[in-house]
Amino acid sequence: MISHLRTMWLVFIHLFRKKATIEYPEEKVELHPRYRGRIVLTKDPDGGERCVGCYLCAVACPVDCIALQATEDENGRRYPDFFRINFSRCIFCGYCEEACPTYAIQLIPDFEMAEYNRQNLVFEKEDLLIDSQGKYPGYNFYRVAGLEAGVKKKGEGEHEEKPVDVHSLLP
Amino acid sequence: MSTIFIDNKQYEVKAGKNLLEACLGVGIDLPYFCWHPALGSVGACRQCAVKVFRDENDTQGRLVMSCMEGIRDGLHLSVNDKTAKAFRSQVIEWLMTNHPHDCPVCDEGGSCHLQDMTVMTGHDYRRYHFKKRTYTNQYLGPFIHHEMNRCIQCYRCVRYYHEYAGGKDLNVFAAHNHVYFGRERDGVLESPFSGNLVEVCPTGVFTDKTLREHYTRKWDLTTAPSVCHHCAVGCNTIAGERYGQLRCITNRYNSQVNGYFLCDRGRFGYEFVNSENRITQPIIRNQAVEAVDETSLLEHLRTLLTNHTVIGIGSPRASMESNIALMQLVGRENFYQGISDNEVFVERRIEEVMQSGVIKAASLQDIQHSDAIVILGEDIWNTAPVMALAVRQGVMKTAAQHALENRAIAEWHDAAVKEIVQQEKGFLANCTIGASPLDEISSSIIHKAPEDLARLGFAIAQRLNTVLPAVQLNDEMSTQAAIIAAALQKAKRPVIISGAGLYNEALIRAAFDIAAACKATATEVHLAYVMPECNSMGLAMMQASGFENAVLRASRAKNVAAIVLENDLYRNMPAQITDVFFNNCQHCIVLDSLNNATTQHADVLIPAASFAEGDGTLVNYEGRAQRFYQVFVPANKNMQESWKWLMKMRLIQSGAAIDKPCHPEEVLMMGEQLLPQLKGISTAAPRRDFRVNGQALPREPHRYSGRTAMLANLAVSEPKPKQDGDSPFTFTMEGYSGMPPSPLIPFFWSPGWNSIQAVNKYQEEPGGSLKNEHAGKLLFEYKRDATPVYFKDIPEAFVVRTDKWLLLPQYEIFGSEELSVYSKGISERSPAAYIAMSALDADQMSLVNGSLITVKIFEQLYELPVRIHANIPKGVVLMPSGLPGVPAMAWNSWVQIISIKL
Repeated sequence: MISHLRTMWLVFIHLFRKKATIEYPEEKVELHPRYRGRIVLTKDPDGGERCVGCYLCAVACPVDCIALQATEDENGRRYPDFFRINFSRCIFCGYCEEACPTYAIQLIPDFEMAEYNRQNLVFEKEDLLIDSQGKYPGYNFYRVAGLEAGVKKKGEGEHEEKPVDVHSLLP
Repeated sequence: MSTIFIDNKQYEVKAGKNLLEACLGVGIDLPYFCWHPALGSVGACRQCAVKVFRDENDTQGRLVMSCMEGIRDGLHLSVNDKTAKAFRSQVIEWLMTNHPHDCPVCDEGGSCHLQDMTVMTGHDYRRYHFKKRTYTNQYLGPFIHHEMNRCIQCYRCVRYYHEYAGGKDLNVFAAHNHVYFGRERDGVLESPFSGNLVEVCPTGVFTDKTLREHYTRKWDLTTAPSVCHHCAVGCNTIAGERYGQLRCITNRYNSQVNGYFLCDRGRFGYEFVNSENRITQPIIRNQAVEAVDETSLLEHLRTLLTNHTVIGIGSPRASMESNIALMQLVGRENFYQGISDNEVFVERRIEEVMQSGVIKAASLQDIQHSDAIVILGEDIWNTAPVMALAVRQGVMKTAAQHALENRAIAEWHDAAVKEIVQQEKGFLANCTIGASPLDEISSSIIHKAPEDLARLGFAIAQRLNTVLPAVQLNDEMSTQAAIIAAALQKAKRPVIISGAGLYNEALIRAAFDIAAACKATATEVHLAYVMPECNSMGLAMMQASGFENAVLRASRAKNVAAIVLENDLYRNMPAQITDVFFNNCQHCIVLDSLNNATTQHADVLIPAASFAEGDGTLVNYEGRAQRFYQVFVPANKNMQESWKWLMKMRLIQSGAAIDKPCHPEEVLMMGEQLLPQLKGISTAAPRRDFRVNGQALPREPHRYSGRTAMLANLAVSEPKPKQDGDSPFTFTMEGYSGMPPSPLIPFFWSPGWNSIQAVNKYQEEPGGSLKNEHAGKLLFEYKRDATPVYFKDIPEAFVVRTDKWLLLPQYEIFGSEELSVYSKGISERSPAAYIAMSALDADQMSLVNGSLITVKIFEQLYELPVRIHANIPKGVVLMPSGLPGVPAMAWNSWVQIISIKL
């Protein structure tokens, strides 16, 4: 009996608590910046595509929903020729973001992706690429990589010495 | 066998090996860089350190490089010792101080030995905060991409390129921590074996430039064991596909055939599969709508095949299955080889000699282990490149063995062995028409006309076995014959190599006579005849007559419908003859994968699958039947193996319904019944229902990515995986994940070993045969007690004619083979047409290099630039064979020089 009354009392006082639910969709939910939602491809500070087509996101994906093809521009800079994510398979685990060595692929706080037609959940590069650096500003992979891809010359990157003069015997 | 103790555990290992080989052989993971089973040890990288103890009571021990320490009975060593482990991880850390942050954009990533070894030693975080050394790169030609920053100075590239393959234009430059591996200046790597640098280099300094065009990581490739289609050696390869395109060819180790290395034609000649010139649609010509579907094609063929006399033209580049299916369809008497009578005659002789079983066929392994080699008339550098590489190893190894006699130095001690050997060479006699890169390692170099070479061969045989008829030679040749005969007499494992390249049958007989005469003194004699194309030997074994007979047949009989199987007849025969054939045939049904001059004449054109899209069996030069497996199912359903089309045609011809699919082994069994000499060919590979623990074998590694997205642009629901009823493989990553049996290895991978170095795990011992190796099926049976029947018919000596020259083919490694030329890089390396002649002849006509001359060959005029070679015999001219756009010549005919433009 006492237990019943206690329960009713508890329910009653909850009427005056702050609401945990919101009036979605009129009211938008507030998400944390690291919320794992929709996947995007970001750009580096110089406006170039960050993705270098290394296939690490694809191989890390437990549901194999990422497919891409790497290609190269005239400077030898790698970028994806196509980049496809099948969101109808994606489980938003964020492994792709974790695997990405260039901060290109990022999960953003947006989950509003419902579609009536499943085919519309197949996102191509045009749908994924955003004109922003996303969560990790300032990083440009080609400035720290060894190879020359039109971003910097050999030996002009961060932590790089001038190219070796093969004809010199000096230490 | 010796007993050693590794970390206090007892192992039985083979004596004479080094500790690294012993550890890897018993399955212990020990990191290494500079050691390679084919190259030996030099102890340069300091990566394979282990601790060796004086005896079981010693606890102190000392660090040694395991690759430099031989096995001693009762030796105690420790791989897991704390100091040894720390040493190894520090070495990696030092190497990584300068290694660039490139893995995401490096083509080696995912199949990188450096990555594997770094993970194996446990180095994971860069503590070094100073700057990284950088280098500028070089342009190294169409096959190899250079990224020198990634180098870890293991010296493997130079040791392979220079010492193993005999290349001259790659070297190490500069000094101390600035050493640079490359060419003296930018330029194409000249060696035709440069592609192996991709696999030899443990990091990404040298990578495959053709793969770069459509880059795919190793884990994303659908792969299947394949056999190279670009010459008669039949090297084992792994072909990889992604998104419906063939992406790359890598080496598939096999101790009997190609070992660790391929030639550039085999490695980079795959692009024809992706060519825009592919035939994609069945076509019936001369009707309103020419493109038809399978049903109406077969309906049309039904009337064609039942109302005509059907003859079949086989092909030396089509699989055994396809040739057998064609023979079965048209009947044995209506089947012709699609090559000239001359060639049929020479190849028939080769087949007869091999069939007699008197002499064993020489595998590449036999050639590598021989102690005297005679090459008689075949330019193997260009016709069978990997055989030339094996010959080089034979010569080098013999010299090393001589040097090591009575010396306590192990064979694997590469630098020490090289130091003792210096310039010494084993015996090699290179008797060909023109100069070859093999000349520099030859003890006897003879460049003469084919008849003279054959006479030299008979003279050598006569010196070995004096019962044979004597040959009159001039003094110079006589001395050479004596030198070669003396060397052969001393040899225990001689190999004689000849071939069909010069269309000269006397050479075949002479080579046999030498080999047979060697039997008296040697313990093991081997004989190799190089054949022109990948399945020439298989076709020759079918013992059909040549193309000229088919032409006669077509012109005599009315109502002939010819089926031409994967054969561009205009490449094999002069155009006049082929034209006569097509004019006389009422109907011509052509099956091929690429459009060419012959397919232009087809009334019915049927698209055939290439080697990557179909299954089949090839018989290589030694009569070894080897199976190649389908890599992927082409999106275009019309591309089917020729033998599938032909079996369907057989069914509709007999009025039966096409109800159940036909499989390769059934076709091969049919072949065995039809031709008893093919006995055993159906056992060349495991049957299609072969399973391991009830599981099929996956073509894709377990990390294959993109399964649910790669086709999602077409339809979001994934299609049912493709089924393969013809082989024990699946087209997915599902199936048995352990180590497959040796002929069914689709890729080399082992936990922790992602690079091609994983092959260690598949071998009985490092550099040895694969576990349970089954390297195809040898169709020629060796009969130990067979008495040789010598050939005594010696050709007349070559006589120089005035104003006439004997026309002979010069083969080009890049250019002479039909399919590989579709690769951009190979066609870039292929020369323009030329005519080569002796310096003596050129002097007489005051020609210089590059002078244009017009030659008349069978009423046809050709204007070509001259190349002058000091080594070509007088009275002979050479023209490149099989270059694209250059028509087939009447080889061994006499040509006239009409005019000269200096």
